[in-house]
Amino acid sequence: MSVNIGGTSSVAKADKSPPTPSNRNGRRRSPTRINPVLYLFPLPAVVLTMFFMVLPTLQAFQYALTDWNGFSAAFNYVGLDNFVRAFTNDSLFANALTNNLKFMLVVVIAQTAFSLMLALLLTKNSRSSVALRAIFFFPTILSSVSVAFIWKFIYDPNFGLANSVLGGIGLEGLQGSYLGNDAQALYWVAVTQVWFHAGQMMVVYVAGLQAIPRELYEAAEMDGANKWERFKTITWPFVAPATAIVVAYTTIQSFKAFDLILGIAGNPPKQSLDILSTRIYSTFANSDFGYAAAQSIIFMAMIALVTWLQRRLLRLTTKGE
Amino acid sequence: MIGSISRRGILAIYTVIILVPLTVVIFGSFKSTPELFEGPFSFPQSLAPTNFAEVISGQNMGKSFMNSVIVTLVSVPLTLFLASLAGYAVARIRGFWSAAIFGFLVLGMAIPAQANMVPLYVLFGRLGLLDNLTGLILANVVSTLPIAVFILGGFMRTLPQELYEASSIDGTGPWKTYSSIVMPLSTPSLAAAGIFLFVIHWNELLYPLLFVRSPENRTLPLALLSFQGEFQTNYPLLFSGVILASLPVVLAYIFLQRYFVAGITSGATKG
Repeated sequence: MSVNIGGTSSVAKADKSPPTPSNRNGRRRSPTRINPVLYLFPLPAVVLTMFFMVLPTLQAFQYALTDWNGFSAAFNYVGLDNFVRAFTNDSLFANALTNNLKFMLVVVIAQTAFSLMLALLLTKNSRSSVALRAIFFFPTILSSVSVAFIWKFIYDPNFGLANSVLGGIGLEGLQGSYLGNDAQALYWVAVTQVWFHAGQMMVVYVAGLQAIPRELYEAAEMDGANKWERFKTITWPFVAPATAIVVAYTTIQSFKAFDLILGIAGNPPKQSLDILSTRIYSTFANSDFGYAAAQSIIFMAMIALVTWLQRRLLRLTTKGE
Repeated sequence: MIGSISRRGILAIYTVIILVPLTVVIFGSFKSTPELFEGPFSFPQSLAPTNFAEVISGQNMGKSFMNSVIVTLVSVPLTLFLASLAGYAVARIRGFWSAAIFGFLVLGMAIPAQANMVPLYVLFGRLGLLDNLTGLILANVVSTLPIAVFILGGFMRTLPQELYEASSIDGTGPWKTYSSIVMPLSTPSLAAAGIFLFVIHWNELLYPLLFVRSPENRTLPLALLSFQGEFQTNYPLLFSGVILASLPVVLAYIFLQRYFVAGITSGATKG
């Protein structure tokens, strides 16, 4: 019995299955012959990428295992010593790592929330919205060093804009020394970073928001859903792809805030403003090449890890119905 | 009602936060230091470009400006050229090799520039590419090829395959197809990618900082950075440097705005 049933079913399957693949093949237009010369077209890009990007990156792994100082011919393989040193015996590196994670966390949360808020306020393509978007986007095109100088003046404790505005409106109590205050300096740079790039991320969100069908909101409104419920059940899940882009890009930006930090804090930056990329540069500038290479590998691994964690987290919050 | 008032309020405040510092910078670049400190918001008493003259000739920023122009004018077209060649091949070939080549070229987007700076510095040293503009151009091209291939290749893949096939049936060679069919059709994505590259290459700081030793080989961002130690609180001078360094990009933004938004966003979308 069972054999019989199994037999018929497998026959039935066998009858149907062969045509499917051949159909697929038949439907696909037979590709015209590709001129072999075409394979030469990507060659310059491939060769350059190979020699100046891929091989150097692999070589960083090799350098990381040595004590090479960059100029002497001799060096020793020291195994994983550089990595051990970074994690157990280098307060400067630990400080830069902590600073970087704090900076990243603050910037990612603030910039994502703020750029989404701006985008929600400016979703419509009215004339005023388009003009405001152009203004908010503007700082993105400036160089980091320029932005750093502008904000150095805003934060100047004696003559700066922030303190003179606060003084002018009678809020002397709120005046501060901003970058001069080691406990706060990193957060003031985070504010600068958000000013710098929120407009860029806003544009990503506007594109996401404009793709949401209006009928969804109308239907939800008729069902009596309030603003917050509409945001939670429609907007947030629908802009999830945009959020993924914004969060990933902002994360990478905050790990690479190298130019902004050097511009605002000088080179090398003081400890309270040292982040991973500036630390790697300082180690390199001190001719500690092997150790700098090890730090760069930790840096790369850190970015990969954080990006992966964020993806998981984001999937959890947008999954709901 | 209340919602719309707070909406306007938020937008107005943020507009002020963006525009006021920029205005202070423009006004400030014409002021003396005491004048700036006394009234940062006031219109400058004189529009004589004293600070600009000091920055351009006294601080040799004219030379840095020219270096930036040369580096950017070579890097951007070169990157677009190499990336469009690769993008076209990837769009035409399809199948395994297409995916392999595209994947290999785009992989670099995941490698932050700070990650391979040590080996790159060593390699450039051996090739005599430190402290000259050629090295900066090469570093710019290599570091932005991945994203350019991503934008251009991505666009060229959306062009109808029939287009490529028709031209190969006609007996048109791949070079002819590339230059007279694919490139003209790709103008929007070339413009977007070109703008994106322009902003990145013009503002690039890491490679000049890493490679350039002689003041006469500095590009603008590096020249600006070197001001920071020299003129701690001479903000009017710093501001005129900022304006000089930003001028070309700002002018381009005013005239080519939609390409900027498209380009910089397509750049962001790949992260």
